[in-house]
Amino acid sequence: MNDKIIDISLWQLLSAYLFIVVLTVIVKWRGIAREKEIIIGTLRMTIQLVLAGYILTYVFKHPHPLLTLFIFALMEIFAIYNVFKRIKYELSSSLKKVIAFSMTVGTVVSLLFFNYVVIRFSPWFEPRYVIPIAGMVIGNAMTGITLGVNHLVEGMEKQKRMVEAALMLGATPKTASKELVDRAFDSAILPTINSMVGMGIVFLPGMMTGQILSGIAPLTAIEYQIAIMLGIAGSVSFSVILFVQYGYRTFFNERSQLK
Amino acid sequence: MFELKDIIYKDILKIDHLHIEDNKVSILTGESGSGKTTVLKLLNHLISPDEGTVLYKGKDIAALDPVQHRRNVVMLQQMHAIFPGTVKDNLTAGLRFADQAVPDDQLLEEALQHVHLRKSLDTEADGLSGGEQQRLALARVLLLDAEVFLLDEPSSALDEETADEVIAGFLKKVKQKNRTVVMVTHSKQIAERYADVPVHLEEYNQKSKDAAHER
Repeated sequence: MNDKIIDISLWQLLSAYLFIVVLTVIVKWRGIAREKEIIIGTLRMTIQLVLAGYILTYVFKHPHPLLTLFIFALMEIFAIYNVFKRIKYELSSSLKKVIAFSMTVGTVVSLLFFNYVVIRFSPWFEPRYVIPIAGMVIGNAMTGITLGVNHLVEGMEKQKRMVEAALMLGATPKTASKELVDRAFDSAILPTINSMVGMGIVFLPGMMTGQILSGIAPLTAIEYQIAIMLGIAGSVSFSVILFVQYGYRTFFNERSQLK
Repeated sequence: MFELKDIIYKDILKIDHLHIEDNKVSILTGESGSGKTTVLKLLNHLISPDEGTVLYKGKDIAALDPVQHRRNVVMLQQMHAIFPGTVKDNLTAGLRFADQAVPDDQLLEEALQHVHLRKSLDTEADGLSGGEQQRLALARVLLLDAEVFLLDEPSSALDEETADEVIAGFLKKVKQKNRTVVMVTHSKQIAERYADVPVHLEEYNQKSKDAAHER
């Protein structure tokens, strides 16, 4: 058995774009106006990944603490910006601050623990570890927080009457919004829990697939996958609980009135 | 009990002076848009005026602890809110919000009787009709040990006869304890029958006087 991965030739890779051609033909035939998005999506995916490939090659060859930190900061900023963009509602500036705060604190604390207590690599800035792990942790926290924000803002809008009714009877803002806050938290962590349930049976996660393809023994790949799943669950719940705990307060003023 | 002085709230209220007496049932009446609900919200401190002061027992509301104030001066909103769960869950919601002890079932059932709601405590609340839910919300408020009860259209979903019974039952209970009530209603009958102090808000609110002139 040859455990070296097959290098895909340019022609082989190009042939994979046939999938997109088929997809485009289908949407055209059905009259679903999505061609533009499909083409933009495919192009962006290609360009971004090629760039990432070159950048990672450079960074892995020239590891430097500042470079690792810079890339990490860039990922964090991009993720926070992406949360803002994916929310369907107008966000107050104080809620935006809470989002940025909980994303940053939630992911940084989880990563510190994951990298230096669970995996323990050195040097501490080793980009081969820091960057992919940060990508997974930040990406999942981003999805979780997006869901949490959407549910919290929507709940505050739709259930305003309930919150108001509770305030009128002398509830603190915390009690008045407890149910909403709990539901927002629950909906934000549910996808992570569900993906753990299906893992290994319904699908092999991307990281593991990549490692197995590149010749790493499945058992080693699984060790990493288990660790990273736990890390993801931790960082999602930590970021989201920070978000909801501080987020609901932005809907009230200092006189415990709804803004 | 309350004193409103030089109040301005958005485009809705402009009141130079309004006094609300202790231990009385004051009934606010007026056209829709005359600011009745807004006045109740100001008294409950659910909103603050843009200008002017609201005094409660001679103290500026803006200086009091807002949550504690609302426990003393509870408000029932016009569109009654029903929380998920049973009749009992809903009855005790206010007590839980205000960190007050939940009494035994007998007292809860008595509160239902006062508002003429004949339902068992374990009935699911969202299966009740609009009128039943309104009475449930009223009973919830009645259970609270408050000094002032602010009621916004507490009988709007009830027919005339039931409305009369329910309001009479509620006020009887509240008067036994010498509490203050400020009620908003559209019902002339209820206003005439139960008001110790009728307050025709248009006479106090400069904004709605202006609006009336324009009409």
